[in-house]
Amino acid sequence: MLNELTIAEAARRVRAGETSATDVLRACIDHVKKVDPQVKAFLSYDEADALVQANAIDHQVAARENLERPLLGVPIGIKDVLSVKGHHLNCASKILGNYVAPFDATVIQKLRDAGAIVFGRLNMDEFAMGSSTENSAFFTTRNPWDLERIPGGSSGGSAAAVAADECIATLGSDTGGSIRQPAALCGCVGLKPTYGRVSRYGLVAFASSLDQIGPFTKDIRDAAILLGVISGHDALDSTSIPQVAPDYTKALDGNIKGLKIGLPREYMVGGLDPEVKAAVSAAVENLQKQGAEVVEISLPHTDYAVAVYYIIATAEASANLARFDGIRYGLREDGADPIELYSKTRGAGFGAEVKRRIILGTYVLSSGYYDAFYLRAQKVRTLIRQDFLKAFEQVDAIVTPTTPTAAFKAGEKSDDPLQMYLSDIFTISCNLAGICGLSLPCGFTKAPKLPIGLQLLGKPFGEETILKIAHAYEQATGWHKEKPPIGRI
Amino acid sequence: MEYEAVIGLETHVQLKTHSKMWCGCANEFGALPNTNVCPVCLGLPGVLPVANEEALRLTALTGYLLNCEIPRFAKFDRKNYFYPDAPKNYQITQYDKPSTQHGFVDFEFQGGIARVRITRAHLEEDVGKNFHFDRNSGVDFNRAGVPLLEIVSEPDITSSDMAYTYLNALKDILIYGGISDCDMEKGMVRCDVNVSVRPKGQKELGAKIEIKNMNSFSGVRRALDYEIPRQIEEVTRGNKLRQETRRWDDVSGITETMRSKEQAHDYRYFPEPDLMPFTPDDAWLAAVKARAVELPLARKQRFINTYQLPTSDAQTFIDDVALGDYFEGVVRESKNPKAVANWVINNLRAKLTESQTALADVKFKPAQLLELIALVEEKTISTSIAQTVFADMFATGESPRGIVEAKGLAQVTDTSAIEKFADEAIAANPKSVADYRAGKVAALNALKGQVMKLSKGKANPNLAGEILERKLKA
Repeated sequence: MLNELTIAEAARRVRAGETSATDVLRACIDHVKKVDPQVKAFLSYDEADALVQANAIDHQVAARENLERPLLGVPIGIKDVLSVKGHHLNCASKILGNYVAPFDATVIQKLRDAGAIVFGRLNMDEFAMGSSTENSAFFTTRNPWDLERIPGGSSGGSAAAVAADECIATLGSDTGGSIRQPAALCGCVGLKPTYGRVSRYGLVAFASSLDQIGPFTKDIRDAAILLGVISGHDALDSTSIPQVAPDYTKALDGNIKGLKIGLPREYMVGGLDPEVKAAVSAAVENLQKQGAEVVEISLPHTDYAVAVYYIIATAEASANLARFDGIRYGLREDGADPIELYSKTRGAGFGAEVKRRIILGTYVLSSGYYDAFYLRAQKVRTLIRQDFLKAFEQVDAIVTPTTPTAAFKAGEKSDDPLQMYLSDIFTISCNLAGICGLSLPCGFTKAPKLPIGLQLLGKPFGEETILKIAHAYEQATGWHKEKPPIGRI
Repeated sequence: MEYEAVIGLETHVQLKTHSKMWCGCANEFGALPNTNVCPVCLGLPGVLPVANEEALRLTALTGYLLNCEIPRFAKFDRKNYFYPDAPKNYQITQYDKPSTQHGFVDFEFQGGIARVRITRAHLEEDVGKNFHFDRNSGVDFNRAGVPLLEIVSEPDITSSDMAYTYLNALKDILIYGGISDCDMEKGMVRCDVNVSVRPKGQKELGAKIEIKNMNSFSGVRRALDYEIPRQIEEVTRGNKLRQETRRWDDVSGITETMRSKEQAHDYRYFPEPDLMPFTPDDAWLAAVKARAVELPLARKQRFINTYQLPTSDAQTFIDDVALGDYFEGVVRESKNPKAVANWVINNLRAKLTESQTALADVKFKPAQLLELIALVEEKTISTSIAQTVFADMFATGESPRGIVEAKGLAQVTDTSAIEKFADEAIAANPKSVADYRAGKVAALNALKGQVMKLSKGKANPNLAGEILERKLKA
């Protein structure tokens, strides 16, 4: 089945003329039609638009033009937080109404330049706020391994679509774990690049100083390929780093002998599911067997990460989401004056979690509270970053579980925001520190069979190292070859 | 008890850049509504700002012109408030780390030099413009994202006249420096006032009252002329003034309460995460500094001191920079700056206006103006003949000496020729002769005029006078 291919294999076949881009796309669309009524990864997709793109690629292939493009004919699903010209952009919220994006995000332009088919709008928690997709204003995406369970979030649609082979790969965004956590819960690879590695232009901002766009893929090689495509400096994003991105696939040599891997003692704590703990320990042993050196490290300010995150992220969000006011685009609920129009529009357009975070963010920035909350949080954020930089003087990468537990059931935590927030406990620090991280499958729980994710954290711009280690582990274990039962009966 | 006013001004000035602050849209006044807009300045979902480097340069340049320090670390912040003309519902501005601060402006006021200290000049973005129609409202976002400099003064101003004079001096500096065109009618300059009153001699300040909505400098003066007596009267009556923001109504000429301190916005400033802090290096600052021009007041003083020009001439050269530059180009080679100034101001400027010619298109060379002055000084031609020669020079670009020779305009200094003209004049004007002899000295001028006329203006007037006098007294 063509939809089950990796990026590397699909592009190779299209390049070689063994299959057409249209055939690959059709296989994906057929599979979406078959399984997505259950998985509900896609908010929408424009079949005709995708087929036009695929057709164009096929013509180019027939003319032997630009065959070396890394994503030649590969359909890539897009989280509903990225601006794609001519497509709806809703951020899984009601407030954007019928808004159609008038421009391509930089990453979308890069996908097109690399020969990809930009395909569909993937479900998410509204404005990327959440860990389960239950905060989507439209519907909850289901975990392909167990439809009773959530896929994680906020990029739950992106993770589920890859895990269920509805797409060859997808893009998501990660502000506190929104790529790595759903990747772990759905059993695929998800990578959050170093802050500044990938342009944010065209990504609807949740928390500008934490947001990064990253890939969801079926294996590590694909993550390296897709990361390579979307990385690089962008004149439209002042926070993107003026450095040329390396060819990440060159790091995938399987040789991790002598690399030092840190195990933070603060991460092996209570609340960690025994099966998750066992899987991570086994993974660490595997890495040791392959010649890596494992040392215990300390990240002493770990305990403060969740609190710091919910101050900084909500403060930035309170300003970022102010533009959704009903004046220029999206939903409008009329009022007698602007204030009433704003209140009614935003009251009707935003969901409960988004409102909760806007209120929290507004509060922490208020006159008289700024120093106690926002300023203090920024200081602790610096300490958290220093923890990591200090640790990286000793080690090349850090290994942790991606999540404390495997996928939980829909509704299980949706009434308890704090419990939901704690499901990101292992992923949040990475964004606060601005470093890179990825999650890849490292085993399964027994009953039900649910994926477990291994998180690798790397130095700033150290994506090559974590990809190298992850690749060695993946090739030695083969967990990534396990497929969920959905659509296979 | 006598009261004094304490006034500080916040002046917003649109910077003269080609494009807007965060995007490539044109910074241009008068385009059709919502034609100079793009996703960035409309605040569409997913966009990011990229700072306009020329705006950063003009801000630093303003710092140099206003004697400010330019910190090596500046940053942008978000100022949060909801209003339909604000595309993002926050304004990107500089809160606690402005691009430039701690300067001053010196200007002429009441016969002396006054100084107003500048607290800071920070860079921010302009907002759109609301329009209200019968049944609905619209917003034009062409102005949204235009770079705006906010220049905040210390409360060093003590009267409405001083405020008015300061604003004009500031405007002159900004126009001089190429910072802004400062066209009030196009809304390029806007001003808010902070004013309080206190008993004369008291140190602590009274309740600060902000006045908004003045759309001209004279509006500022009128608002203060209303507000200061109002505050004094309130205080004199024993009423306590409270911090508030008032709106100036230009039609009725009064200020009215807009919002009290309790209703003041909490702007919830925080650092703009989409922009890196701005840390100019030596080379960047040196390049900006090289663009700093001489300020109007300094130029005026220099013209007065270096060339011994009267104030009025110096002012003319301040008001018309190009003319002043032309003067300086000519005067360098001259020993008689005042003569050069007279020719440039009285003759050249008049001819330029009359013929609608630009200074750059003047046909004669600056050296030829000096030649003309020399011809007068060496008495080859009289000043009135010089006017004719100048008109010729201006029209043709010929050298003055050439014109004098070709047209035979050289002064007659040959006494015998002048004596002949004098005899003719005396013979033809018995009444003037009689008047003069009766003691009316002025009658000599009439006779002198006749001599000049007979000589077709070429007689040396002094010589003519001497000869006439000698003959009449004989």
